[in-house]
Amino acid sequence: MKMLSEKATCNSHGQDSSYFLGWQEYEKNPYDEIQNPKGIIQMGLAENQLSFDLLESWLAQNPDAAGFKRNGESIFRELALFQDYHGLPAFKNAMTKFMSEIRGNKVSFDSNKLVLTAGATSANETLMFCLADQGDAFLLPTPYYPGFDRDLKWRTGAEIVPIHCESSNGFRITKSALEEAYLDAKKRNLRVKGVLVTNPSNPLGTTLSRKELELLLTFVDAKGIHLISDEIYSGTVFNSPNFVSVMEVLIEKNYMKTDVWERVHIVYSLSKDLGLPGFRIGAIYSNDEMVVSAATKMSSFGLVSSQTQYLLSCMLSDKKFTKKYLSENQKRLKKRHAMIVKGLQNAGINCLESNAGLFCWVDMRHLLSSNTFDAEMDLWKKIVYDVGLNISPGSSCHCSEPGWFRACFANMSEDTLNLAMRRIKDFVKSTATNDINEISHQNQQQTNANSKKKAFSKWVFRLSFNDRQRER
Amino acid sequence: MAIEIEKSIVGLSKIANSNTHGEDSPYFSGWKAYDEDPFDELHNPCGVIQMGLAENQVSFDLVEEYLEKNGEAINYGSSGFSSFKENALFQDYHGLFNFRKAMANFMEKIRGGRAKFNPDRVVITAGATAANELLTFILADPGDALLVPTPYYPGFDRDLRWRTGVKIIPIHCESSNNFQVTPQALELAYEEANSKKIKVRGILITNPSNPLGATIQRSNLEEILDFAVRKNIHLVSDEIYSGSAFCSSEFVSIAEVLDSRKYVDSERVHIVYSLSKDLGLPGFRVGTIYSFNDLVVTTARRMSSFTLISSQTQHLLAHMLSDEDFTGNYIKTNRDRLKRRYEMIVDGLKRSGIECLKGNAGLFCWMNLSQLLEKSTMECELKLWNKILCEVKLNISPGSSCHCSEPGHGLPIDFLPASRLPLTLLGLMASKLQQLQSKACQASQFLSKHGTTYYKQLLEQNKQYIVEPPTVEKCNELSKQLLYTRLASIPGRYESFWKEVDAVKHIWRNRKELKVEDAGIVALFGLECFAWYCAGEIVGRGFTFTGYYV
Repeated sequence: MKMLSEKATCNSHGQDSSYFLGWQEYEKNPYDEIQNPKGIIQMGLAENQLSFDLLESWLAQNPDAAGFKRNGESIFRELALFQDYHGLPAFKNAMTKFMSEIRGNKVSFDSNKLVLTAGATSANETLMFCLADQGDAFLLPTPYYPGFDRDLKWRTGAEIVPIHCESSNGFRITKSALEEAYLDAKKRNLRVKGVLVTNPSNPLGTTLSRKELELLLTFVDAKGIHLISDEIYSGTVFNSPNFVSVMEVLIEKNYMKTDVWERVHIVYSLSKDLGLPGFRIGAIYSNDEMVVSAATKMSSFGLVSSQTQYLLSCMLSDKKFTKKYLSENQKRLKKRHAMIVKGLQNAGINCLESNAGLFCWVDMRHLLSSNTFDAEMDLWKKIVYDVGLNISPGSSCHCSEPGWFRACFANMSEDTLNLAMRRIKDFVKSTATNDINEISHQNQQQTNANSKKKAFSKWVFRLSFNDRQRER
Repeated sequence: MAIEIEKSIVGLSKIANSNTHGEDSPYFSGWKAYDEDPFDELHNPCGVIQMGLAENQVSFDLVEEYLEKNGEAINYGSSGFSSFKENALFQDYHGLFNFRKAMANFMEKIRGGRAKFNPDRVVITAGATAANELLTFILADPGDALLVPTPYYPGFDRDLRWRTGVKIIPIHCESSNNFQVTPQALELAYEEANSKKIKVRGILITNPSNPLGATIQRSNLEEILDFAVRKNIHLVSDEIYSGSAFCSSEFVSIAEVLDSRKYVDSERVHIVYSLSKDLGLPGFRVGTIYSFNDLVVTTARRMSSFTLISSQTQHLLAHMLSDEDFTGNYIKTNRDRLKRRYEMIVDGLKRSGIECLKGNAGLFCWMNLSQLLEKSTMECELKLWNKILCEVKLNISPGSSCHCSEPGHGLPIDFLPASRLPLTLLGLMASKLQQLQSKACQASQFLSKHGTTYYKQLLEQNKQYIVEPPTVEKCNELSKQLLYTRLASIPGRYESFWKEVDAVKHIWRNRKELKVEDAGIVALFGLECFAWYCAGEIVGRGFTFTGYYV
């Protein structure tokens, strides 16, 4: 007799995907500077480790926040008993102000419309439960965060229909792609309930342009559907163009008095901007009272620990600190980003031009043996096992073109990043050399092996440089 | 008026629109009444006393003392396991190993070492609320059912059913045997499910029970486990009050039963635990699932991504619960204090003539107020509950919100918050209940005495209308007379109606000769008709002036 439910026995949890397999390989053989210098370097985890010193120094100067004290008085009891799903008011106020600050104060948020959840993972799933029935679909632009397959579909029974984006225009969302996805859903007899975009995008690392946001709003207006904007990377924008939130465009384009106003929902979290994924702090923001009400009740299944709410309410209320943190964090991300882009370029690899996030969208199409996803998997395996880098293959992000990979740069020290760059450079060189060896076997004798090989390999290299399209 | 064609707008999901969250039940509306008018000794002495919230506040001093002496539980060292950075980054759904180990040890200690717990089988969740829902997702498909003995914690209606689509079939328990679960009751519930073609996937018991405040006896646990094995279904044991049993030896965990059976059939058993009740830390959201089934453990771990415990909190509790001195002292002291509070309230209630079910655990007692009910119905129970809330100003939970099948036979009353008050106030509460009881008696006596006199007077005044003999047959005959006389008058009324219409027509034809006053009356009548029409339009449009809203 089947003992467990369908949900337990299916694999919509997505843990068999390469995204998670790479993690597992890393766990078995993790790089350590001293103890395991030949181990796998983790570049598949979008964590922000660059600015902990700022957090630690704030904590050292403000011991009350972690010590359950307010103005020197213990509030331990109050916090220990506080399980109200409306959340600690001081914390929600601080969160909404922080979110405003990230958006350059061009938008203001009402803390009564904010619902706290245990991480953005929980926020996304909760929104799905509120907006979609079993069998309904949400449209997502590809490539997208692999975790969405689990978060949006597993327990809710909802479906994801991809909006195919292509490298030819820098993976931007186009009207035709949106319409095509909508029709695709119709063909599969799925009722489309909304669109979910990540802005800034994971894995692309780019912010959505104003034009794309306007296009999305027009689209959801015409179809009468919802729009979820997952803005968990909004604080990691380090280059222009500046971050434009969908809220800003809603107000600018006078959607406030229309029904679209209530169909736009934002997801936020402190896991990426503040680098605190362990503390499980996520939020849903919606202008629809019913969504707020339903989501608040559902948050009972994943509340934020009151101990953590209190700590963060103190931290985020410190305006001096948040200002300093946001600007310093962005500077450091910018520097790291420049490092990895340069390092990859030295190896003859380009990235999609990006201005945000904790990762790069790397173009390795020229290293594929053939333009197929199988070849991408082969390349990925080589990179994980032979080169020792855990990066995420584009196929795990549902990218429609093989050869793209996501490499994270903010979850390691500078030295480790440099080592990773060296490894990849060596790998590319050796791949080129191997290719050449094959060619030379095919062409007959090579008498002046060395010099001719060098000249030949240089020529091959140059060829491949020219063949590749320059990306935006 | 043109009718606009509304474009179709997707609304929210069925789950969001349903009320399976159960917040419209009296259990929650009592809370709301308390929120609006909370008792405070100094500022609001006439406010509502909250006795509907099962919180444990008796042993905070012990926890606070621990925190004073052990700063590293809340602060961080500079490196290694206890560094802030490592902790803040730790989002592994396995949970901190030290935390799981500490939880497993704590659970063992509560059971007096009579059962062993393996840290690798501990799955972390943000509270028992999440743990129960998660297990339901794993063990049952939408439309399937779990059997739950009544009375049960009102929150289960939401936790087990809302988003999962799973049903609850109650196992009816009765006061005649102190609400114990019998094999017959189990069979009846199972048959009920079968007759409705619903697949039963498991039984969920709470041990110690909420709201009864009593532990389940070993023999009973054996029977329930045997039943689960016979029907090849799961058994979930919610043991969140295990540390609140007044006497350690009186609580038997299902883990102990499994141990004595050498873990045969254990893959169908799962335990839910939490620190919200035993340690009084509901705000920290610390729950666990302990399963003897490997696949359930793996799946539950993956699902716990949606509901992990803050690593900051895991860090704190890993320290606290690893401290053997602290845990040993806490468990014992907490038990003693709870026992004393329980005895206090039961005595107080007894002096007012109110009996409670004999309890030995939990943070509440199960009161019997059936003698205060006018009639033994759910409506009367709700009426009484409302009276207690509004007049006596106590928020207690009615048994019907716990799905108790006997009205008045139980109202859980949480005694912990009340015991923060001095004894005099407790006495005041007890006397208020006594007052209520006597008032109810007086009211019924008044009604019976004065009612009869009024009746006699009425008949005397109207005796000319009384037809003798005043029998049932006479009444039937009279009603037939009324009906047919009325029917016969229709042609006459029909005639007079048309006469009226003719008169109106006549007036209209000779409207030029109409007197001003008459014309005024006609105009006013016309206006009134128009106003009613407008009102109807507005109502039909959903109380707006523009647009049609469905």
